[in-house]
Amino acid sequence: MSKYEYIPEPALVKGNHDFASITKLVTDVNLRPTPRNWYLAMLPANALLGLLLVSIGYLIWEGTGVWGLNNPVGWGWAIINFVWWVGIGHAGTLISAILFLFRQDWRTAINRFAEAMTIFAVMCAGVFPAIHVGRIWVIYWVFPVPNQMAMWPNFNSPLLWDVFAVSTYFTVSLLFWYVGLVPDLATLRDKATDKIRKVAYGLFALGWTGSSRAWWNYEKAYMILAGLATPLVLSVHTIVSFDFAVSMIPGWHTTIFPPYFVAGAIFSGFAMVLTLMIVARKIYGMKDIMTDDHMEKMNIIIMVTGSMVGFAYMMEFFIAWYSGVEYEKAIFMLRATGPYAWAYWIMMFCNVISPQVFWFKKLRRSVGFTFFISIVVNIGMWFERFVITVTSLSTDYLPSSWDYYSPTAWDVLTYVGTFGLFFTMFLLFLRFLPMIAIAEVKLVMPQGDPHNYDDETQEYHPHVEEVPQPKAVKA
Amino acid sequence: MSTTESKNLYGILAEFKNPKALVDASAKVVEAGYDKFDTYTPFPVHGIDKAMNLPKSKLGYIVFGHALLGFSGAIAMMYFMSVIDYQINISGKPFFNAPAWVPITFELTVLLSAFGAVFGMFFLNGLPKLSNPLFEVERFKKATDDGFFVCIEAKDSKFQADLVRQLFEEAGATHIEEVYEQ
Repeated sequence: MSKYEYIPEPALVKGNHDFASITKLVTDVNLRPTPRNWYLAMLPANALLGLLLVSIGYLIWEGTGVWGLNNPVGWGWAIINFVWWVGIGHAGTLISAILFLFRQDWRTAINRFAEAMTIFAVMCAGVFPAIHVGRIWVIYWVFPVPNQMAMWPNFNSPLLWDVFAVSTYFTVSLLFWYVGLVPDLATLRDKATDKIRKVAYGLFALGWTGSSRAWWNYEKAYMILAGLATPLVLSVHTIVSFDFAVSMIPGWHTTIFPPYFVAGAIFSGFAMVLTLMIVARKIYGMKDIMTDDHMEKMNIIIMVTGSMVGFAYMMEFFIAWYSGVEYEKAIFMLRATGPYAWAYWIMMFCNVISPQVFWFKKLRRSVGFTFFISIVVNIGMWFERFVITVTSLSTDYLPSSWDYYSPTAWDVLTYVGTFGLFFTMFLLFLRFLPMIAIAEVKLVMPQGDPHNYDDETQEYHPHVEEVPQPKAVKA
Repeated sequence: MSTTESKNLYGILAEFKNPKALVDASAKVVEAGYDKFDTYTPFPVHGIDKAMNLPKSKLGYIVFGHALLGFSGAIAMMYFMSVIDYQINISGKPFFNAPAWVPITFELTVLLSAFGAVFGMFFLNGLPKLSNPLFEVERFKKATDDGFFVCIEAKDSKFQADLVRQLFEEAGATHIEEVYEQ
């Protein structure tokens, strides 16, 4: 016996599945009659969506005065919610693009799901900058289109960079998602038995046949898109952080913001994927594909990015002290001990301490515990954006202008309403589109690789890992 | 199939039992000298590009062209708007403010490249194409589920129905049938 033990990679698909049973498992969700519980879930989601529309309607009717903004704090929940939702979206792109480039095959179980989450999260995010402008009927001024003033947008402004970054991000995520969906829509087209589904799925499948000549270009396109989406996702949250970092406000004007925002985005996004995945895989019986091993890997990513965020918090403090700038030092002291200390310590607890529990394998693999932490993390990340935005503004350079900021009911209702938009879209996605990338899962199954077949008989012959044994040392 | 005689033959379709059998069969099809053929699989099969002797995808050039367009288009747009058409003095910054233009230039380069990658891929694959003789074959529905197919088209210069059938039989096809134009 050697003291080294070989631990093989866990199988990506559990249970005794072949290609046909994977197809059936995933497509059945879309092809069977709508379950009653789906309508029951749709009810609260639609109610919240209605709430969002009412809050937006009232805001447009009455003006941004319905929000709790005051004189030093001109940026409140709208920017907090915007950054929070965009950040959540980033996990989808990380899973679909960055893990693809790193050849992490386990991504196939969750990428469709996470990409859908990205798109819906970016929609929720996009609501806030659009409605916060006050005069929404001239929102087109942010785009470089001719207007009645004959002026063009200010290309020096980070807020305008954001317009381009977020709209590009939404478009590219949507395209990437659709490209991944095409082969699976063809599967649904071929599996559907009723006319409406056949035509609807058939139209969106564009006549995909599964031709190898088409797959050849398809894989190239997928790789190029992954290569484009990777710097894109990093740039988007970098530019979001520029909204703060390019200004001259203490606590915002720091070079650590871009990497720190990106790490935080991935941190909260993975938590949201886990929250949704744990519920969906139970309801839809997808535990063979979305396994506990996937959950464990994602928990490790949460732990790593959580530690990066924690490191950034400490670094901010250190640099504030090391810079010798009075205002920088003051704002960080005020964050931890000032009027918003309660928010700061909620943030510290949720983002820095809570993910550290995932050092324990038992907790990483515990479904209930992971679900709990995934929600704690997203609360923490919301508070991070709250602390950054509100503390720096409410206690800025002049103590005579300091003021305490509290949201109004409309702030809260608008935010709660975006969950209605998110869950309505997500429920529609679960009902009508394959929640797992069927073709990609088949590709990473051992049966999908021609090398796992015998050369002579062409029979399936699973690959056996050869474990090198250390040479026996002669006594 | 009483109307069979009046239809034109599109090609002969053979099904194979697994990806390995398909890769071996497509190597044999290439060896026999056919070039108007294609294989159909539910997922991209590893190594079939070599077996089918596929040329490198041209998509990279399309994407590069779009990237250049996005890059130069972004700079041209910003230059026209803030240097030529309507100059606005913002905190005394230069009108041609190159560092501040980096984010938008980058985003538009990525945006146009992504359009190039997606629509270029559909263009190279001849999609959308909603009507296809293969869709009339009931068995072909398995191509998006768990079937592995080869189809040699009748327009291949070497095409002879009996020889094609024989080739497929020797390669170990589990099912062979004719596909007709509609």
